[in-house]
Amino acid sequence: MDLNFTPAEDAFRAEVRSFLMDNLSEELATKVRNGEELGKADIEGWHATLQSRGWLAVTWPTEFGGPGWNAVQRHIFDEECALANTPRIVPFGLGMLGPVLIKFGTEKQKADILPRILDGTDWWCQGYSEPGAGSDLASLKTRAIRDGDDYVINGQKTWTTLGQYADKIFCLVRTSTEGKRQEGISFVLVDIKTPGIEVRPIKLIEGGYEVNEVFFSDVRVPVSNLVGVENEGWTIAKFLLTHERTGIAGVGASTQALHELKALARKLKRRGKPLIEDPLFAARIAQAEIDLEALRMTNLRVLVDASGGAASNTIASMLKIKGTVIRQNLDDLARRALGPAAAPFPLEALAGNLAVAPPEAAASAASYFNNRKLSIFGGSNEIQRNIIAKDLFGV
Amino acid sequence: MNFNQTDDRRMISDSLRRYLADQYPVEHRIKIAYDAPFHDPRNWGELAELGILGALVSEEQGGFGGEGFDITVVFEEFGRTLCPEPMLGNLMGLRLYAAFGVQDKVDAIIAGTARTALAVFEADAFTDTSEIATSAAKAGENWTLSGRKSLVYGAGAADTLLVAARTPAGKIGLFEIDASSADIHGYAMIDGGGAAEVGLDNTAAKCLSEDAGEAIEAALDAGRLALCAEAVGAMDVLKEMTKDYLMQRQQFGRPIATFQALQHRLVDLSIEIEQARSITIHAAGALDTPGRALAVAKAKNLIGRAGKLVAEEAVQMHGGIGMTWEYAGSHYAKRLTMIDAQLGDTEDQLRRVMELMAA
Repeated sequence: MDLNFTPAEDAFRAEVRSFLMDNLSEELATKVRNGEELGKADIEGWHATLQSRGWLAVTWPTEFGGPGWNAVQRHIFDEECALANTPRIVPFGLGMLGPVLIKFGTEKQKADILPRILDGTDWWCQGYSEPGAGSDLASLKTRAIRDGDDYVINGQKTWTTLGQYADKIFCLVRTSTEGKRQEGISFVLVDIKTPGIEVRPIKLIEGGYEVNEVFFSDVRVPVSNLVGVENEGWTIAKFLLTHERTGIAGVGASTQALHELKALARKLKRRGKPLIEDPLFAARIAQAEIDLEALRMTNLRVLVDASGGAASNTIASMLKIKGTVIRQNLDDLARRALGPAAAPFPLEALAGNLAVAPPEAAASAASYFNNRKLSIFGGSNEIQRNIIAKDLFGV
Repeated sequence: MNFNQTDDRRMISDSLRRYLADQYPVEHRIKIAYDAPFHDPRNWGELAELGILGALVSEEQGGFGGEGFDITVVFEEFGRTLCPEPMLGNLMGLRLYAAFGVQDKVDAIIAGTARTALAVFEADAFTDTSEIATSAAKAGENWTLSGRKSLVYGAGAADTLLVAARTPAGKIGLFEIDASSADIHGYAMIDGGGAAEVGLDNTAAKCLSEDAGEAIEAALDAGRLALCAEAVGAMDVLKEMTKDYLMQRQQFGRPIATFQALQHRLVDLSIEIEQARSITIHAAGALDTPGRALAVAKAKNLIGRAGKLVAEEAVQMHGGIGMTWEYAGSHYAKRLTMIDAQLGDTEDQLRRVMELMAA
């Protein structure tokens, strides 16, 4: 047992920290810290900053332009980014499609598409869920029928995150209705400007626009846009679900949220005293800190464990469940710390200079409501429990 | 960073696991743990030969371990078999003897020829040393102790007791008495193993330190860490028993493990057990650092919550069989529930965390 980072890892952390200090603007960090909605330019600008250092495609091997980091390095990078309040790297091109192409794509697909993800030419979004296919993804109905050198796609995708900014969408579509449901699915790349595609925003619970519906009517896509083998897209879907889940626990982000929560509880007054001196509230914070401490260690155990295999699948699901629940609890505490001052709509209150809450906490209620998504997306926490149970009972 | 045990520790845990499995099959454990002397005295010498006691203190102090992870490998194995030997009291006593350089006692305990126990808590002082009422008086060079110590783990099996008492200067001192000179009333605990009430009435004592508050806290933290590891071992076994039961028990024409309501509950237990293991590792790593108190308090708090959850859920998912004395699982559930109350429970530890956070 040795719970210390190596000197090389400590040096890496220092290098990341100093890069972030020099390259993350105060303005952008404040926006992130305050939970303000980021515009496309904010995100693209941050991606470009990271790419200038070669740190954007964190999971890619060096030959494709990634930094070639191991899991511990990625963890350190995540942690430092969270502590510095950087925007999150939008994962659809960089964390999802990139690794899929590296594993399943043709040489031409890799050469054509990967550089455009890296330099920000193409913004990708994900076309997986449908109105009738959420947890039961294999029941998806969006149909792609072969017509000469094209597929003709009809159907609907939903919950498409940041689809409003996207140039391209990667989709799971049904290319066959024969055999098992999983066996008729293909993974297809689509230009979102193709005639017949309509993107409609969905307004979310807290009032923000983050996700969309995408409608396909007679959309023609060249067959060369197929990734992997026709009717074997389910393999790719599963690969994506289990790929790169070291960041899944959100330890860095939760550590930062805890830090902010404590600062807030020191600043706010209740009955003439700082809220952090209220024993009931302090106890809730202390318990959240304990749970996060354990999660941090569980996460490190997974990162360092070289064994991999099925067991690590289980523990990744455990990290997803526990990590999201802990984060949601921290968001809940930040919202409750404000009491009724959490209620004003953040943008209106800030614009009118009417915020009762400190500006960095004005969006606490919005963040709380928005982050209820964490236990729903990426495989709901119930689906994660099914995955663990399958392993546990060997069925 | 590396989460593998060293070869030495793996050898200790392997040999201890084999030994305990051999000597404490669950029927035997249930038979001995609830009747005086509440353990199997024949085995103590063999445990010492296995190096279990030597593992609990450092090389400079005459042992060959003494780090947090040395403690956790031993107690995790104890937890797996619910071993009722009075190891907790000896761990804390041994570390205090070592801290105050009482080498002959350290050597004798490591060799298995002497046993000790730590008498700290009282009916109105169950969590820390601040409210201790037992008093120490000095006449010439001679000390005597008066008062009553409660829930002294392993006192009935000890040759000497280390007693925390308030000195005339108002400090917490540490004193050694002959067990035979005190009024000791032993009893079984509801989860097995022995504890005792210890009456002291001008009992002759030897003073190890007139200001031992910090040293006693450190020994108690070592004890708390040991309890955390013991709980992790017990949780692993109880979870496996519960899983096996769910797969084997048939209702409505199929194994009840096929019901999602039960599957998800066992999954939730598994997650909490991993969290419990993680926080215990964290505390073990911090035992000899300035972060000791905070890390141990965090661990014992989480262990208290996780242990109770695992115990209650395991009994519930076993149905009636989990309620029976005959079934091993019920004894694991009792141990996991009552372990929280030893050396300061979940709320006590949370209070410590809050105090240390505010400091």
